Formats: sequence, C-alpha cells, structure tokens
Amino acid sequence: MPDEKQICLSGSGLTKVFGFGRQKTVAVDHVDFNFYEGELVSIVGESGSGKTTLAKMLLGLISITEGDIYFQGKKRDIRTHKKKKEYWKSVQAIFQDPYSSYNIFNKIDAVLLDCINMRGGRHLPHAKKVELMAEACGFVNLKFEELTNKYPFELSGGQMQRLMIARIFLLNPKILLADEPTSMIDACSRATILDMLMQLRKEIGMTIIFITHDIGLAYYVSDSVYIMEHGKFVESGSADEVILHPKEAYTQRLISDVPKIYEEWDLSTV
Amino acid sequence: MPRVMLEVKDLTTKYITRFKEDVYAVDHVSLKVEEGKTLGISGESGCGKSTLALSLMGYYFPPLHYTSGEIIIDGRNITGMNPDDIRKSILGTEISYIPQSAMNALNPTQKIIHFIEDVIQAHDPYKTKKEIYELATGCCDVLGLPAEVLQKYPVELSGGMKQRTVIAVSVILFPKVLIADEPSSALDVTSQKMVIKMLKNLMEKGYIKSLIFITHELPLLYNVADDIMVMYAGQIVEKGTAKEVVFDPLHPYAKGLIGSIIVPEKGLRDVKLTAIPGVPPNLKKPPAGCQFAERCKFVWPKCKAASVPLRDVGYGRAYRCILSEKELRDAYLREAKKDA
Repeated sequence: MPDEKQICLSGSGLTKVFGFGRQKTVAVDHVDFNFYEGELVSIVGESGSGKTTLAKMLLGLISITEGDIYFQGKKRDIRTHKKKKEYWKSVQAIFQDPYSSYNIFNKIDAVLLDCINMRGGRHLPHAKKVELMAEACGFVNLKFEELTNKYPFELSGGQMQRLMIARIFLLNPKILLADEPTSMIDACSRATILDMLMQLRKEIGMTIIFITHDIGLAYYVSDSVYIMEHGKFVESGSADEVILHPKEAYTQRLISDVPKIYEEWDLSTV
Repeated sequence: MPRVMLEVKDLTTKYITRFKEDVYAVDHVSLKVEEGKTLGISGESGCGKSTLALSLMGYYFPPLHYTSGEIIIDGRNITGMNPDDIRKSILGTEISYIPQSAMNALNPTQKIIHFIEDVIQAHDPYKTKKEIYELATGCCDVLGLPAEVLQKYPVELSGGMKQRTVIAVSVILFPKVLIADEPSSALDVTSQKMVIKMLKNLMEKGYIKSLIFITHELPLLYNVADDIMVMYAGQIVEKGTAKEVVFDPLHPYAKGLIGSIIVPEKGLRDVKLTAIPGVPPNLKKPPAGCQFAERCKFVWPKCKAASVPLRDVGYGRAYRCILSEKELRDAYLREAKKDA
C-alpha cells in the first residue's frame, strides 16, 4: 500500500540545464517522483539519459536549476556546509567506478575511521573503533586484519566495491544512492555485491535508489522501476508491471535489446 | 566436412614480469573453429581471455612470450614465423582483432579514410586510392555506416559508430578469422545489439569466415556463439555447444557463472543468484592440483594433489574435473535440494 508508506524523498519539477544559449543541454527535464521509505527504487535508462545527473542533484553535489527536492516531508536545505554534512549523514552513495571513489593517499583504516567519526564515535576508545571496523568488514566478507594498513590500490575492484558497502554499514544512512555499483565488475562478483546490498537493506532498513542501465538487474532487485529517456521519466510502476508488461515504446525497445536466454533475441529490430 | 579455419594445439604462452617471474596466462589451450562458426570464450576478469586472443595471432611482444603449441590458420602453420612476416602476411588478411578499448584505437588526428588507406597500403602498396575508397564504402554499407563517416575524424563519431568503424577497419582485408575481444562491453544495449547484428551480417556476406567472440556476459554469448568455451586461470574448464554449456554446465565454475546470469525474464526474481566465493589463484604461484579447488564446493583431497586433465566426453564436449559426469550431476541435485 503505497499511501500508507511514508514518502522519504520526493522531487517536483526537478530540472538541470548545462550550458547557455545554443549550447544548452537539458540533462534532467522537470521530473517528479516520490520515493517511499524502505523501498528499493531503480532508475533505468541508456547512457546519456540523465541518470547520473539526477543522482548528483539528489546528493547535493551539483546545484539544481529549477524545482525542489523534499526530504522527509520538508524542503531540503543544504545551503551551509554544516547543513550539508547533516544531510549526508542520512543520504549516502556508492559510485560506479570503485577505482576513483577512494582517496589514494589515505589508508583503508582512515576511510572507515572517518565513517565512525561522522556518526559521532570520535570519542570511542581505539579498541572499540577497531571492533566496529572489523564488524563492518566481516559483514562484507573481508578480513579487517588483512586490510589494515593497506592502500586502496592494493585491492581488486570487487573488494573495493565491497569496502564501499562496509562504509555504508558503518554510516547507517536512511537513503542509499547506488549509481551503477556493479557495472565495472564482472558477472560473478556482481552476484556477491548484490547479495550484500540486499543483506544490508534487511539489516538497517534503508531506502535504496538503484541507478543502472541493466534492465535485468533492475528487475531482479527492485520494488519499483522508473524508466528515463532524455531527462524525463517515461514510465514508472512496480517492477513486474514495467518489465514484464511495458507500455511505452521506449521501454519495450529497451527490453527487447537485452540478450535473453529463454526467449528469442530478435536482431531485426535495429 | 566443413573447412577448419583456425586450429590451435596445446598453445601455452606466458608473461615474464620484471622480477623474472613466469605467469602462464594461457595454459595448454586447444581449440578449433570451423568455417561459418562462432566460438565464444567466457570467464571472469583476469582468467586469460584477452591474453588468449593476443596469443592466437602469433604476434608476441614483451612481456608476453611464446612457450609451446601450434597455431594453424586455414591449413597454414604460423608458429615460429618471423614477427615481421606475421605482421605483413598474417595480421589483417588471415586473422584480425577488434581490441577491447576500440574507442581509443583510432588515431584522433587522422580522418577515417586515411587510416584505412594506411592499413590497406601496408599490405598492398599498389592499390589506388579509388579502389580503396570503393572497398571502404562497400564495407561501411554492410556495417550500416553512412559513407560520410570516412571523411570524418574520430571525435565526430559516437561510441557505437566508433566501434563499428573499428570493425570496418579490421575486416577490410577479408580476414579468415576475426577475434572480437569484448567489442560491446562499453556500449549500451541498443548499440550492442547493432554491433552483434553487424558481425552476423559480415559473416553472411563473406567478409569474415569465422569469429571468436570474447565476453564475460553469458546471455550475450549464448545468443552470438555456436560453441562456448569457459576459461579459468588460463585453462579451459568447460567446452561445448552454447546450449549445452548454458543449460547443462558440468564444471562447478561454469555452473557458478551460469548461476549468476541476470536477464529480464519471467521467473528471474524467484531465482537465487549463486555467487562464487573467493578470488582466482595467483598465477605466479599456481596451486599444484585443480586451479579451482580453493573455491569449489565439492572439493576432495585428491583435487589438490595432481593437476586435472581436460576430460573429453565426445561430440566436442569437454570439462576439467576429477568427478565423472554422473557424479557432478548428482552433486548439483543434492545442492539444489539442500537450498530448497
């Protein structure tokens, strides 16, 4: 029952325009959405459809040209650095490229310690902090003893992405924005990462906004799906509804373009 | 009897690192591709797929070195040939290659047509510009590219167009074998479909005689390839027709790979994805026995004792495990029951 659930993040008339005059590009074009608490929402679209721009706006990394974002019923206010930090305590992200998500000069301990400090654990004794870090690493099947004193580049892509999830485990946010978290890693590590995200969701009950171009993935993980084309949402609804019975021509084309196993892959449509 | 376009016997190649360590990235690989057929190669990152692709061309440059084995292209043995001869008479005309990062393979300061002229004149210096232009437009036609592309610079093309241009350049000399190394991994689904369609078109029109397609995306491979080979740690662990490998995998690693397939089809949401725990072995110090033993669910003590040979079960089907077909199938059934 969507009307019983609380809206946790919503937007109205959200727009982002890059450039001026002739070079104007409308990346996100007046989108409206309501994301409910505890839901797993997927935003699916081709490359260049504005998915990542929307994610960046939701995170407050880039300014909004027009429209408003409402966070837990109130208009989002991140005008000062302090307020922004407060906002980021409840909204966190995992990015596409694990290789560029880390500060290469900081050790892995520092990454995790930052998270503990941000959640108000600055005054905890060191032993307690280590315990927390070990717990978080254990959650994602990494061994903290092996990671401590290492730099991010010593890990593989899959391990880095898992460490990102360990970070989220420590931060315990209300909303997680996952921007193509599995597109840079291969198919068998993908299953591991997804498993962990689902476990984490069960554990701390957060809302996940999953951004991907992989329709199969979106169908597998999400409760509701938004299809994005040229900065607009063309179709939205529950995953079964949108993926198995698509109404819009764009969605139908997108789904028919994915190679399948049990159905014939029709090559004549391109 | 169809003509065998490419036959590889026991090919082994290694990387020599700067600390003089040997890394065997292709370990006793044998394969055969017949005329008009597509061979698919799959496996996770770092399993030696791309190294195999490079090794198949017989053109080695450090740190990659040839160790043993034979490569026979359409009846012609190219092992031990002088690298210069290989470059002039084999690459492009006999065997050709689409690199993984095809997006960056084009020279940004050259128009496409000049690049194509360079490629053709390296093999046949007496071809006139007019002949080359006709060849190029014919090729573009098959690939669905407008002829204007030839007069453009790479920056003016979109990702999918660049990829198709690179394909055009690599097939312009009518190679017998085309190796496509993840040609569509950087493209979105629509451009990917386009590229696949073009490759099939090229095969039908006779531009290429056979295709080796490398990717880690199994649903795509299933739709493209006739036969599929699964690699793990530089070795072939499973070989068979596409249908056999996808619907009835024998090797536990192949089983794990198939279990992680995600396609937007009915019933997917009820399936639990299987993840393979652990990481591939370090090939600098490969384990003595089965390479997969560390991550295998059905491991026996004798798995780790001696290396496991590729077991041929006939009709081109083969797998690398100490268990027999029946034992493996029983083990999978037990596993499925335990999950349920």
